[in-house]
Amino acid sequence: MATLDLVNVQKSFGSVKVLHDISIGMAHGEFLVLVGPSGCGKSTLMNIIAGLEEPSGGNLRLAGRDITQLAPADRNISMVFQSYALYPNMTVAKNIEFPLEMRKVEKSKRAERVQSVAKLLQIEHLLERKPRQLSGGQRQRVAIGRALAREPQLYLFDEPLSNLDAQLRLDMRTEIKKLHQRLGATIVYVTHDQIEAMTLATRIAVMKSGILQQLGTPYEVYNKPANLFVAGFMGAPRMNLAKARLSGTGRELALEIQVGDRPRVIIPLPPQSAAVQEYAGRDVIAGVRAEAISYVRPGMTPVPGMQHVVQAHVEVIEPTGADTLVVLDLGGAEFTARLEPDLDLKPGQDAAFLIDLTKLVCFDPSTEAAIF
Amino acid sequence: MASAQTATSSGRGFDASRVALYVVLLFLALLFLMPIYVMVVNSFKPLDEIRSGNLMSVPIEWTVEPWLAAWSTAQIGVQPTGLRPYFVNSFLLVVPAVVISTLIGALNGYILTQFKFRGANLLFAAMLFSVFIPFQIVLIPMAKTLGLLGLAGTVKGLIFVNVVYGIGFTTLFFRNYYAAFPNELIRSARIDGAGFWGVLGRILLPSSAPIIVVTVIWQFTNIWNEFLFGASFSDYSSFPLTVALNNLVNSSTGVKEYNVHFAGAFIAAIPTLIVYLVSGKYFVRGLMAGSVKG
Repeated sequence: MATLDLVNVQKSFGSVKVLHDISIGMAHGEFLVLVGPSGCGKSTLMNIIAGLEEPSGGNLRLAGRDITQLAPADRNISMVFQSYALYPNMTVAKNIEFPLEMRKVEKSKRAERVQSVAKLLQIEHLLERKPRQLSGGQRQRVAIGRALAREPQLYLFDEPLSNLDAQLRLDMRTEIKKLHQRLGATIVYVTHDQIEAMTLATRIAVMKSGILQQLGTPYEVYNKPANLFVAGFMGAPRMNLAKARLSGTGRELALEIQVGDRPRVIIPLPPQSAAVQEYAGRDVIAGVRAEAISYVRPGMTPVPGMQHVVQAHVEVIEPTGADTLVVLDLGGAEFTARLEPDLDLKPGQDAAFLIDLTKLVCFDPSTEAAIF
Repeated sequence: MASAQTATSSGRGFDASRVALYVVLLFLALLFLMPIYVMVVNSFKPLDEIRSGNLMSVPIEWTVEPWLAAWSTAQIGVQPTGLRPYFVNSFLLVVPAVVISTLIGALNGYILTQFKFRGANLLFAAMLFSVFIPFQIVLIPMAKTLGLLGLAGTVKGLIFVNVVYGIGFTTLFFRNYYAAFPNELIRSARIDGAGFWGVLGRILLPSSAPIIVVTVIWQFTNIWNEFLFGASFSDYSSFPLTVALNNLVNSSTGVKEYNVHFAGAFIAAIPTLIVYLVSGKYFVRGLMAGSVKG
């Protein structure tokens, strides 16, 4: 039963601050994904949790015990590395056994653990092989097996899927999720892939330049991004963002989008929060997810106050199979819509589209923070 | 092999530049093999035949007498012992010196690459200095040191000297090899609970076969062929083979027995030849492995 608390963790290299005051509390059994572009500090944070790097300030507590000053071996943590880091001179069985052997676990108990881990991961037939005789996916399983062998309080995964090819990556992703559900273990997982983050996490920590941008469930991070960076980073295609004017007053607000000399598009909004109302008469950045825009079929009527019909110019059509991405010109701003695959649309055509107003988010153009 | 095949399949049968290349290579190979040929043929001739005939000819009357004499009866020190006791001395010197200097090199390489401490690069540069230093410079200080340690004139003393001056090279080899070693393996071992010696003994050394082979060959041939320290720091009981061979050839009693000298020189060269023939391919491979990424 392990909880992990990061309290004001900081890291600087000389005068360069790579981590600013990171505080995250994890409950037992949580799957926390640290996600961000390269250089955001997520790997440094993971190395600090593992004890491979020392923080310049702050504390770490695992299951209530202060581990800030402990050596990696004394923290009761296992780690799965991006390159798998299997010991090339040892067989698979020896690799899985190694952490137990280093902790002087009895020989019979070690063999028992190796067998049960191998069975769990379905690698029993590989036990006598050397790592170089394994495929990428098999190596990944062995690396996970070695982490499981010791039954630590906390598992760390450092971009474990990024060396696998696309199909295998999806399979292993599902396996890791299954494993988490079966073991109920506390896991910290680092990735730069936002889809991995969305699918695996119980909570996501989005980082950029050493600063925690948002900590929340996948639903919150996706639908209520804390700022423009999170809105643009999470989700593919990225959230549509356009500069707009918030016109009207009080509860009668509307967004006006006009770029260059294109005809202005006006979208009346449902009643907004007090925070949004304060921006009346000012510029904001409006964000709409691609799936919040849909095509208006004949006979459809919008739900008043929830949906709004706009006329837009179709610029590009990108079929992906499951759905079709359509790039629209809306008042001069480019919007991508995720639509059904069998639509009869042509580039250059003007058509009516429906915007789901409940999924609309506004950001402050100067602070880039979301306005809720 | 593959390029030779493409040359013949080009249609003209052979290529003039390729023929010229092989002629030059063949000539150079002969040039290198010539001294060995001279040594071998003359070591099997009676002394009379060497004096009367020419050095290049094959023996008319074959004899192994010179080899037996060089090995067990030739006059080297005071006693007519042949090279045998000195051959033993050389082994007693080379084996521990190679093992110790290789192990220290591995340890140094591990520390210099895995523990970034203040002055690490300076320390490494200082160690490399011993690679470039002419050994004549250190003869007198080393003689004093050996005297203080009570090792003067012993095989142990020679082991000490050769280990000290071998560490520069062995450290260089292992440091470069370990610098290219995947860091994640070591981090993983540390998280798994391996300590300082655990990482070295369980992870690094078992993965170091290529560089160990390189280091052993390098140290073996260097120490086996080493003459200056042997001549300076040993006495009659502890001469290595190189010094004994020199004494054999320079002995001023009676006639110069060229056939015995040739046989003795060949005996002295056999161990290094064997080492090269057995593991030469690892040598080249290992040097590449250590240097390409290092």
